[in-house]
Parts: sequence; C-alpha cells; structure tokens
Amino acid sequence: MKTIHGDMSTQEITKVQELIYTTRVESVMASNVIAIDPSFTMSQVKDLMRDKRISGAPVVKENQVIGIVTISDVIRSMEEGKLNFLVTDLMTSDVRTVSKDAMVTDVVNNLGRQGFSRLPVVDQDGTLVGIVTTGTLIRSLLMQMDKSFQRNEAEKLYTYRASHIFQDISSDDTSLLLRYFVNEKDFDNAGKASSLIKRSLQRLMLLPQIVRRVGVAVYEAEMNLVIHTDIGGEITVEVRKDRVNVSTVDHGPGISDLKQVLQPGFSTAPEWIRDMGFGAGMGLANIRRVSDVMKLTSSPGQGTRLEIVFNFRNDSLATTRSPQKA
Amino acid sequence: MNIREMVEVLNGKILVQNHDPDEELPRGGAADLMSDVLAFGSEGMVLLTGLTNPQVVRTAEMAGINVIVFVRDKTPPPETLELARDSCISLIRTGYTMYEACGRLYQAGLPGRGPVRIENNSW
Repeated sequence: MKTIHGDMSTQEITKVQELIYTTRVESVMASNVIAIDPSFTMSQVKDLMRDKRISGAPVVKENQVIGIVTISDVIRSMEEGKLNFLVTDLMTSDVRTVSKDAMVTDVVNNLGRQGFSRLPVVDQDGTLVGIVTTGTLIRSLLMQMDKSFQRNEAEKLYTYRASHIFQDISSDDTSLLLRYFVNEKDFDNAGKASSLIKRSLQRLMLLPQIVRRVGVAVYEAEMNLVIHTDIGGEITVEVRKDRVNVSTVDHGPGISDLKQVLQPGFSTAPEWIRDMGFGAGMGLANIRRVSDVMKLTSSPGQGTRLEIVFNFRNDSLATTRSPQKA
Repeated sequence: MNIREMVEVLNGKILVQNHDPDEELPRGGAADLMSDVLAFGSEGMVLLTGLTNPQVVRTAEMAGINVIVFVRDKTPPPETLELARDSCISLIRTGYTMYEACGRLYQAGLPGRGPVRIENNSW
C-alpha cells in the first residue's frame, strides 16, 4: 500500500509550498476567538474549556493579548490546589503572536519548530483578531487546494476533446490543418481569424508562449491581407507534433521590391490605415522577430505568399501539457 | 496595484468590466501603434491608448492584455464595446492625457517593462 506521502507528486508539494508562501495569516485563522478575561479564576477557566471544548485560549486585557492559558496550566492548578488562583498567576505571559498580514510561513515555523500549538493573531495595533492552530491551518490549506484542483480538472475536461487528437489518431505523422478566409478591407472582422486561431491553439494545449508567438504573427499577417489585398486571402495553420506552420496566400497586387518591404519602417499603407494604429511598417519585422523561419515570396500581379514556422524546440517547450502517451 | 486602485488614480470610469476589481496589474504600457503593442506588450499588462477602434481590442487579445485604458475621455464606438465583451477584455476611460495618465500610474507604483532591447530593432 502506498503511503499518502508516496502518492503526493512533486507538483502537489510545490503547490503546498506556494500556498504557504503566498497566503496571508488572515485567511487561515479562526476569527471567532474565545478570549479569557484576566479576572477569571483557574476554576472558571476549567469550566469554560470544558463547555467550549477548547484546550487553550488567550488572556486578553483591553483588546491586548497579555498571556495564554492551556489545559496543562489547568491540570497544574488542580495538582497544586490553585484552582481559586487568578488566571494571570498561572498563564504563560511570554506570548508569541503573529500579524494578520504575515505569510503562513511564519505560522508554520512557529507552530512546528518552536512547539507552540496555537498562535494568537493580532492587527497593526496589537488587537486580537483571531487564532491559528494546526487544525485551522490544515483546514484552510486543504480548502484552497481543493478549489485549485477543481479548477484544473475543469480546464482539463474542456481541453481534452481537442488535445487528444495527437494521441488517438494513428499515423506516421499527424498534423491538423486549420483554414481561415480573410476579406479585403473588412475592418469590422479584421483580426477575427487570428482570434479564432489563438483560441484553437489554446484548446489544443500548445504552450502559452507558442500560442502568443503564433498569435502576434498571424494577426500582423491577417492585417496585411485586410489592408493590402484587393480580393482577400487565406490563412492556413498546420499544427504538427513539433511545430506550427502558418502560411498566408493572397492573389493581391504582389510586391515588386521584397527587400524594401522587409525594411522595418517601410510602408505603403495610406494615411487612414495609419490613423487606425497600423501601417507603420513594423508588421513583417514583428513576424520575423517572433517566428523561427519567415519566408516571403511575391512578384507583381502574382499575389503574395508568406510562410512562417514556429518550432517547439526541445521537450521543455514541447507541444502539449496534457498527459503524455505511456 | 489592482484595477480598483488604478481607476481611482486615473479618476476613471469602467466601460466594460470583465475582471475582478481586486485583480493585480503587473505592469503598464502605452502606445497608439498597434504593432508596438504586439512587439512590446506583455501578458497581463494594462494598455493605455488614444485609439478606440475595435482593432485595439483585437490587438490586446493577441498580446495577452486584459485591460485597456482610453485616454482624453475618448468614448469608443459600440463595436469596440461589444468586441470587448465578447473577448473578455475590460475597458476603462480617463479624462487625463496619455502623458499624465501614464505619469500618475507610474508615480502610484505601477511599473513599466524596463529598457527594451529587440533584435532587428531599427525603426
């Protein structure tokens, strides 16, 4: 049989650490603290602990924590016949408190290593606002982990249908071809294809940095089709195991000087296009910057073809984050 | 700085709300050139711009930007608002100019992305 520890993947341990380092004490404390008035006798403390089923409580005078009394103090008072003594005579007055704004790491260090079983939580003025024990800590961390676990599961379900294609379809080399048609001068829909491409790649669970690079390039390319062609064009996205190939093809006017259009800052866009925030001559430069290979072929009257390749490089940048084939 | 604090600093108005006002903003950037946004924009950045056409929303979407601020109290056309609703982008309007809006946010602690060095950068 596996132990609980053995079942815990490194990822889950990291998740706990992350929570401990990023969660504030305020969100893991119990805020309905039972505080004890300094005028109480040990006998009253004993009754209160029994009634409320607690094993310790802070002693509070004018909202400030002046001590802490536990079940072992009660036992000691019974042994020594001091049940009628004031709680202030038998409590521990050297109290370790923790700020509500501190990180949970502080609590973990104090609770575990220093041997404290409860820590009163105070605000900036030292006013008691809550208490943390190992119990409240574990409960709230588990709740938070459960929430993020459910979120991950929902994400997995949503992406499963799309991402399984590379695992379930058998061939020597599977690739997925997505085709989009772009209309010329249609500014209301300009960018729509890119938006759909970005969402599709996300559903295919490509790594976010790849999705982003493809998104930027394909959007610049789509705007080129919208701005510069007179009969629109077509965008093809081929998703393969190790790369994404994008090509845009149009039967527009073509380009006479390929060297010139590749110069950053060179543009033939009319003024009204520039007013929209485009046509600064940075499109192809941007595409080249985010891609691994960019190839532009064109001649006047023959249309233009732009081919862009995005390699996933090594395993750390590989296609999917989904479960790998066994 | 979170979205709520930014709106306060800018005396702004939320036009389309798609994000929790408590959501933290990692950094800010400003541009009227959409290719600049694509080149220098980063995930989660808030974009300040003087352009209000729908392409600004598309550009933001492609660059991973969630929040756009329109300066000089520009009111975007209905198509821009509608696209923002569909694309899960939040839109905010401020009466300040680009210069002053940026200045106020930077002063209030919203950082930029630091010096930019890009290969092939000759424009």
